[in-house]
Amino acid sequence: MSWEVVIGLEIHAQLTTKSKIFSGASTAYGAAPNSQACPIDLGMPGVLPVLNQAVIGKSIMLGLALDAEIGKRSVFDRKNYFYPDLPKGYQTTQFEFPIVGQGKLEIELEDGRKKVIGVTRAHLEEDAGKSVHGLVPGQTGVDLNRSGTPLLEIVSDPDMSSAKEAVAYAKKMHELVQYLGICDGNMQEGSFRVDSNVSVRRPGEPLGTRAELKNINSFRFIEKAIEFEIERQIELIESGGTVVQETRLYDAENDTTRSMRTKEDANDYRYFPCPDLLPVIIVDEDIEAIRATMPELPEAKRTRFVTEFGLSDYDAVVLTSSRAMAEFFEKVVALTQKKDIKLCANWVTSGFSAALNRDGLSVEVSPVSAEMLAGMIERILDNSISGKIAKQVFEAMWQGEGTADQVIESKGLKQITDTGAIEALVDEVLANNPEQVESYKAGQTKMLGYFVGQIMKVSGGQANPGQVNKMLVAKLK
Amino acid sequence: MHNLTIKQMSEKLHAGDITSVQLTQHYLDRIAQFDGELNAYVTVTPELAIQMAEEADQRLASGDAELLTGIPVAHKDIFCTDGVKTSCGSKMLDNFIAPYDAHVVTQLKKVGMPILGKTNMDEFAMGSSSESSYYGATKNPWDHQAVPGGSSGGAAAVIAAGLAPLATGTDTGGSIRQPASFCGITGIKPTYGVVSRFGIIAYASSFDQAGPMTRSAEDSAWLLNAMAGFDARDSTSLEREKIDYTAALGHSLKGLKVGVPAEYFGEGLDAEVEAVVKNAIAEVEKLGAEIVEIHLPNKDLAVPSYYVLAPAEASSNLSRFDGVRFGYRCEQPKDLTDLYKRSRSEGFGEEVKRRIMVGAYALSAGYYDEYYLKAQKLRRMVRDDFIKAFQSCDVIMGPVAPTSAFNIGEKSDDQVSMYLSDLYTIPVNLGGLPALSVPAGFAQNRPVGLHIVGPYFSEAQLLNIGHQFQQVTDWHTKTPAQYQ
Repeated sequence: MSWEVVIGLEIHAQLTTKSKIFSGASTAYGAAPNSQACPIDLGMPGVLPVLNQAVIGKSIMLGLALDAEIGKRSVFDRKNYFYPDLPKGYQTTQFEFPIVGQGKLEIELEDGRKKVIGVTRAHLEEDAGKSVHGLVPGQTGVDLNRSGTPLLEIVSDPDMSSAKEAVAYAKKMHELVQYLGICDGNMQEGSFRVDSNVSVRRPGEPLGTRAELKNINSFRFIEKAIEFEIERQIELIESGGTVVQETRLYDAENDTTRSMRTKEDANDYRYFPCPDLLPVIIVDEDIEAIRATMPELPEAKRTRFVTEFGLSDYDAVVLTSSRAMAEFFEKVVALTQKKDIKLCANWVTSGFSAALNRDGLSVEVSPVSAEMLAGMIERILDNSISGKIAKQVFEAMWQGEGTADQVIESKGLKQITDTGAIEALVDEVLANNPEQVESYKAGQTKMLGYFVGQIMKVSGGQANPGQVNKMLVAKLK
Repeated sequence: MHNLTIKQMSEKLHAGDITSVQLTQHYLDRIAQFDGELNAYVTVTPELAIQMAEEADQRLASGDAELLTGIPVAHKDIFCTDGVKTSCGSKMLDNFIAPYDAHVVTQLKKVGMPILGKTNMDEFAMGSSSESSYYGATKNPWDHQAVPGGSSGGAAAVIAAGLAPLATGTDTGGSIRQPASFCGITGIKPTYGVVSRFGIIAYASSFDQAGPMTRSAEDSAWLLNAMAGFDARDSTSLEREKIDYTAALGHSLKGLKVGVPAEYFGEGLDAEVEAVVKNAIAEVEKLGAEIVEIHLPNKDLAVPSYYVLAPAEASSNLSRFDGVRFGYRCEQPKDLTDLYKRSRSEGFGEEVKRRIMVGAYALSAGYYDEYYLKAQKLRRMVRDDFIKAFQSCDVIMGPVAPTSAFNIGEKSDDQVSMYLSDLYTIPVNLGGLPALSVPAGFAQNRPVGLHIVGPYFSEAQLLNIGHQFQQVTDWHTKTPAQYQ
């Protein structure tokens, strides 16, 4: 009998603010333990929270991108529980009235089908600190640097029915928050965390009991963890067992999940509105002001690249894979005088992207800037260098040897276009290969390629291939 | 020297007749002489006080002084004070040296007011008698058998006994006004949001409000000038134009409409207290005010509403006292749960634990609607009573408490009767309104206050009414015989 899989995701996106959601302490990653925790983050007696207004606009931006209702009056609540990394004994979050209400996100599946995934809500909350084990023998340390870091928790509807769909949704959301510039998307540093709620059921039956998979920091592992979990639940039920509601951790080394805590340990969080914070009131003018500053979203950009630039769907997808990549490409196009958009696209999607991947770099820190790449493309277009030489020039620029013009100059890579010089090369090669000339004249016209190759070799690749060809044909008549 | 008004004291300081060091030392001497028995201070800070007095004297000498510069103050031990133990009357914070100043403390430091010390209080401000302090009960200077009221009982006692010229207090359900009434001093709870709560250890955040505790209404006006004002660090602090609370002192009460709630003079009100309050209202009438009967039909809903909402907020506010980062930690915890359980069981007193449990219950799943939400509805009904009443009067007058000060130990075992001693003050906190208590006479030879409640932001008017009353009465100048 067949099984239906039901998956919903909770994504915690860390908002890109300089300071914390309720205090002025820095949110920078990687500082010495507790060096970025002020009395407010430490939950000292008498301190009070003050909302960092920057988080409001960023949340509204996501709401608009998800075509969601914006909470005109959102309220911060206290979620009460005890844990050493939770200094106040409660987390300030939004419970009944979130800042972003029901919205949706369209994903594309591997077979090209599109599917709309509902987004239940997105609410603002503060992050907790973290427990540090093993630093002090026999004791657990607490690092509160993360405490108070602003998070937007994005909760999906249980609309996904496979691990692949879940990952497609997570990736789409990952791309979106980065496009919007509201989250840096760094999964290793915990800026983008995905928790998956997974359950299975027989078709037509009510929802099964779900297990939550937490703290998985790569898309590949999310997919594997969900797949494992689906198998586990099906096997469990088919062998007569029942799924219990619990949180499970993914063990990447053994590709399994294991129980972390069951519902019996679940807290009664005693939510109630935080009396220290006023409700956040958002008026239409606020929303319109933010709409005006919205960057172009990936879908719109893709469509525009196809219609305006005449690029293939494939190139458009690759070029819009991140906002930084798309902006880099558009800058290259804008900076080249002679427009050859296809050539620009080829260079960005192949040579440039390959170099980034090879060195594990992101667009933002690339050693070749958009200006440098555009400068090199200009030299291709004005026949100063061939496409082949360009690869050499690009590599030299990547190694920090200067701009395209500097590299061409210092390495003497400028293409030979002087007719006299080319004629001399042609004459030289023809004189050195009398047998081949004979066979050409006897009708072996494919020997032409051999001559071109020889001339290019002799010229160190710098002779203009078009001119060489033309002159050879004339001389061999 | 300790019988002067603040204005007179200031004049002497500015004229150079006395120095701040002399004035401060005078109070420190009196504290040394009397506080052993009274137990009104948890901490006395003589070195800090003298050092600040010296700085104040320099400002006075250089002409860079304000009216309150050089006049010492005692802070309730709920205000975080940088470098000074801030216990909140609890074993939980017996070892807590605050690393920063509350906004109020900062404001008074800026003015140049030497800090004499920190006054005793009910543990975490939960109580009406100051008996629940970890540091023992404070005595009422008028009668050592009696409580001084609470939770700001230490502050009221130091003013009544002349152990400080000015004191700060906080009022969540009557904690400034009831002890002011019991100790024969003047105290005002301002409109919620007028004084920043930053650095005040939270009991019930939506009610807590700080205010002055002084001998006279005029003194309170001067101190409130320094305490009030917008503070960006408190989201509930109100951004308003700076007000001079002394500006209205001197206005005539002619034509003032005084509402007297019929419901406030029924069963449960001590006959002698009732007589004192009625006489006081008659005195105000003589000053030209018009007395009108009003109704506050939902007054009986106030205490039940408060005793759900305040503990609910407290149960969350006090979660941070978990033995992990500061405050009391139990010996040899065997695991994390044990650390939490024992640190909190051993660090908190009975009344605090009772309110945490009541509050956690009211917020728990399945009871939230029935308790917390219903109590919020009652809160609105009580507030609306006031708003309606102020359509037909300018201020409301009545008793502060149903009795004069009760005896130490008398109500310790009967919490409900203790809670009901705040039935006149609590409604004001539910509404977030300002209210004043001024000395109005004696019942059973113990002081009794007159309660004056006003609409939002009527502090200046309330203080003027108190001031006018004090121009024709001398209850506020009376001092217990042994403290003269």
